[in-house]
Amino acid sequence: MLDNTDIKVLDDVVVRFSGDSGDGMQLAGNIFSNVSAGVGNQISTFPDYPADVRAPQGSLGGVSGFQVHIGKGVYTPGDKADVLVAMNPAALKQHAKFLKEGGVAIVDIDSFKKRDLEKALFVTDDPFAELQLKAQVVEVPMTTMVKDALADSGLDTRAMTKCKNMFALGLVCWLFDRPLSSAKHLLKNKFAKKPAVYEANAKVIQAGYDYGHNIHASVSTYRIESESIRPGRYTDVNGNTATAWGLIMASEKSGRPLFLGSYPITPATDILQELAKRKDLGVKACQMEDEIAGICSAIGAAFAGDLAATSTSGPGLSLKSEGLGLAVITELPLVVIDVQRGGPCTGLPTKTEQTDLRQALYGRNGESPLAVVAAASPTDCFDMAFEAARIALTHMTPVVLLTDGFIANGSSAWRIPDYDEYPEIKPPFVTPEMKGKWHPYLRNEESKVRYWAVPGTEGFTHRVGGLEKSYVTSAISTDPANHAKMVEARRKKIENIAHDIPALEVMGDAEADTLLVGWGGTYGHLLSAANQLNADGRRVALAHFRYINPLPLNTGEVLSRYKTVIVAELNNGQFADYLQSQFPATAIRRINKVEGQPFLVQEITDGVIKIMED
Amino acid sequence: MEETKTYTQSDYKSDQAVRWCPGCGNHAVLSELHKAMAQLGIPPHEIVVVSGIGCSSRLIYYMNTYGFHTIHGRGAAVATGIKVANPDLTVWQVSGDGDGLAIGGNHFIHEVRRNVDVNMLLLNNKIYGLTKGQYSPTSDRGFVSKSSPYGTTEDPFIPAELVFGARGTFFARSLDVEQTVSQEVMVAAARHRGCSVVEILQNCVIFNNGIHNYVSERANRPEHTIHLVHGEKMLFGANREKGLVQDGFGLKAVTIGEDGYYIDDILTHDAHTQSNFLHQQLAMMDGHTLPLAIGVIRDVEAPVYNEEIEQQVADVRARKGYTCLRDMLLAGDTWEVK
Repeated sequence: MLDNTDIKVLDDVVVRFSGDSGDGMQLAGNIFSNVSAGVGNQISTFPDYPADVRAPQGSLGGVSGFQVHIGKGVYTPGDKADVLVAMNPAALKQHAKFLKEGGVAIVDIDSFKKRDLEKALFVTDDPFAELQLKAQVVEVPMTTMVKDALADSGLDTRAMTKCKNMFALGLVCWLFDRPLSSAKHLLKNKFAKKPAVYEANAKVIQAGYDYGHNIHASVSTYRIESESIRPGRYTDVNGNTATAWGLIMASEKSGRPLFLGSYPITPATDILQELAKRKDLGVKACQMEDEIAGICSAIGAAFAGDLAATSTSGPGLSLKSEGLGLAVITELPLVVIDVQRGGPCTGLPTKTEQTDLRQALYGRNGESPLAVVAAASPTDCFDMAFEAARIALTHMTPVVLLTDGFIANGSSAWRIPDYDEYPEIKPPFVTPEMKGKWHPYLRNEESKVRYWAVPGTEGFTHRVGGLEKSYVTSAISTDPANHAKMVEARRKKIENIAHDIPALEVMGDAEADTLLVGWGGTYGHLLSAANQLNADGRRVALAHFRYINPLPLNTGEVLSRYKTVIVAELNNGQFADYLQSQFPATAIRRINKVEGQPFLVQEITDGVIKIMED
Repeated sequence: MEETKTYTQSDYKSDQAVRWCPGCGNHAVLSELHKAMAQLGIPPHEIVVVSGIGCSSRLIYYMNTYGFHTIHGRGAAVATGIKVANPDLTVWQVSGDGDGLAIGGNHFIHEVRRNVDVNMLLLNNKIYGLTKGQYSPTSDRGFVSKSSPYGTTEDPFIPAELVFGARGTFFARSLDVEQTVSQEVMVAAARHRGCSVVEILQNCVIFNNGIHNYVSERANRPEHTIHLVHGEKMLFGANREKGLVQDGFGLKAVTIGEDGYYIDDILTHDAHTQSNFLHQQLAMMDGHTLPLAIGVIRDVEAPVYNEEIEQQVADVRARKGYTCLRDMLLAGDTWEVK
């Protein structure tokens, strides 16, 4: 340990809070990231919580973590933590692997009694040695200090112990020079209806901060650089909330009321919950009886003229397949959000993967094309939800928006946009002049988009449904040539969307020989990896896809410029195969990970270097 | 002054040729629906008819309204979305016994439980017709069909029992051959606020011909059915000489003037009482020991799902100081970057 207070100025720092799932680590982490955002840091967070609601206290299965990356140049929650807070031995054991060599581990030494160590399956009485921890360990008697701080509060022991997370937070705030006033302000909002709870937590967070100050000689403290970011009003947002807000923006920009039909499923439930709250903006969010009713009620709302959406995760998307087919053949606008998690089947509900790409592209019977887009980061969820809705409403098609557990739960600072930053959305409604000449599958011959007649409109009564219809009359048709024509029209309609999406951008060193390719929620890791490789003199360009089907028009041209194309993704090569099938001349190399965890930046840099040196 | 337009049954007919088998009970149901709509006088463009899959679900193509032929069993969920999105629309739903009670059973009970303002016609022919003759969830135990060559080994659903189990607010029944009653219950269903279930016992002339004959044959009807009308005595028989009385916890059919029973002893139908106890007793009469009840059996007021949503939206919006996303966001926890 260091002898003197040593203020380090760092570009960025990673802190990981870990404890029992009942220890309030998510709250501590959230407040820490919000306070940091408030002082101008970029933030990126990653909650890592167990699948079980409450595993036994102190057990390895019950450990919950929250990683926060703050500073400048922050695109990911960070590979490894500079500081690990571990509230008990189980947390230390589970999360020690996420601590950098030479980092700081802050532990509640009151929770490291013999019995606690046994619960975490330590076999010796020195957990630090047993883990071969190469870190500065700060042993803090948190439980005792919290009890002392709250001695006069009248709270019982159980209630006092629940404030321990705030002691840890206070200590970490001191360590990184965070203003306690804004932390207290956030706490006050959180416990607005429970002033006694707020008082206790405020007292404890102060005690933690003071403790840090009093023992400051024993640990290094940090100052974190702030990024100069675009002026404006900012808020902290996670991917799921941003997705919900993006849909609301699209609703306001299209004038179509927003309807969500959904069913709770990890890790997508927050979208339903946020939109349920947004009745205050006129949103109708219905929790239906199952996934199928979720999509079918949304299809009904779309038929009735709403901007309709359904939110789910992989297994739910499987259940929605037939409904998606109905939206494809009736050519109704619909946004389907799949917050991907580990699979197959129930798989790893709380863990992240990109393994639903094929399901989104192909998971239906028949020739059943639809648009697929993917969000790159928590804040990009807003933009891509908007885009999914824009494409659906403009091109009369279901659109699958792929996000994942990592960006859905991760958060960053987000500038609240102005309305003029997003385009108006103009659905192809029927016009009065069409009366008498219109039928439901009458199309714009160029875009193949059909015109939309909303029930309630006089002169446009019509019937649609899951049976194939005549291209000419829209009556039921089993004519072979007609079916082929309709299949082709639906295909062309989706293909044509390529003219209505932005071109693929190349980042990093565009003149390099090697192109790193990714899609969706791995953007932060890929960008960090590309930046690092270029900084180390290994020239790499980066192309990150957010429009999956159709692909941007310049995709083939971009790929053809590079000798080596490497697709890095959190599956066994689903996007690589998809690209390869469309661009057979490009030799695609792969970096894959299917562990239910996000990439580490280093895994990507190592992978790229290995391929470059092949 | 704007003239109120009146409609005739042909205003609700589409130009599509009806393709059900000759003699199918659906023809009569379709015709009664056209008539009921004309009687209700709602403009065709303000009506949506939703269906799932099956013979009966083809009905939507024969309506000159907005129509949505959805997927097997999911009509209830689609109808719910339509009604919630635009409560001004009159939403009808057509299901068969397979579509509504087998593959769509879950949606059926939840639509009823929520009390979504949808008028549902459940056409019950106790068979799968479109797939050519398999037993359905309303087929009687032991029923022999292509998929139960030795007879089924399961008990059927009785649709009314499901409706009451899901705390339904409206249940009516008719027979395809009872055209006046069919029109009467369809109109009542449309006027009911909330989820209305109308079961129509319908004959499949090809795969289950005559399954309802014990009640639907003209000669059998007077003795084996009873037409219930709110506020009227529960009388049946060729000369309305019979009636229903309460007998302990059950019901009993008696002949007026026999065994000491007089007209005053006969029950008077109350479709509007909240308690569904007697409604269920009436609905469970099967036409064998007691006459099958047709007409409106239950029709009560209760909060309506789509109306409650509208109200909640209005209440919440009235309390908030913002009306758009940006203002909502700016009212939350934010910070300024200069």
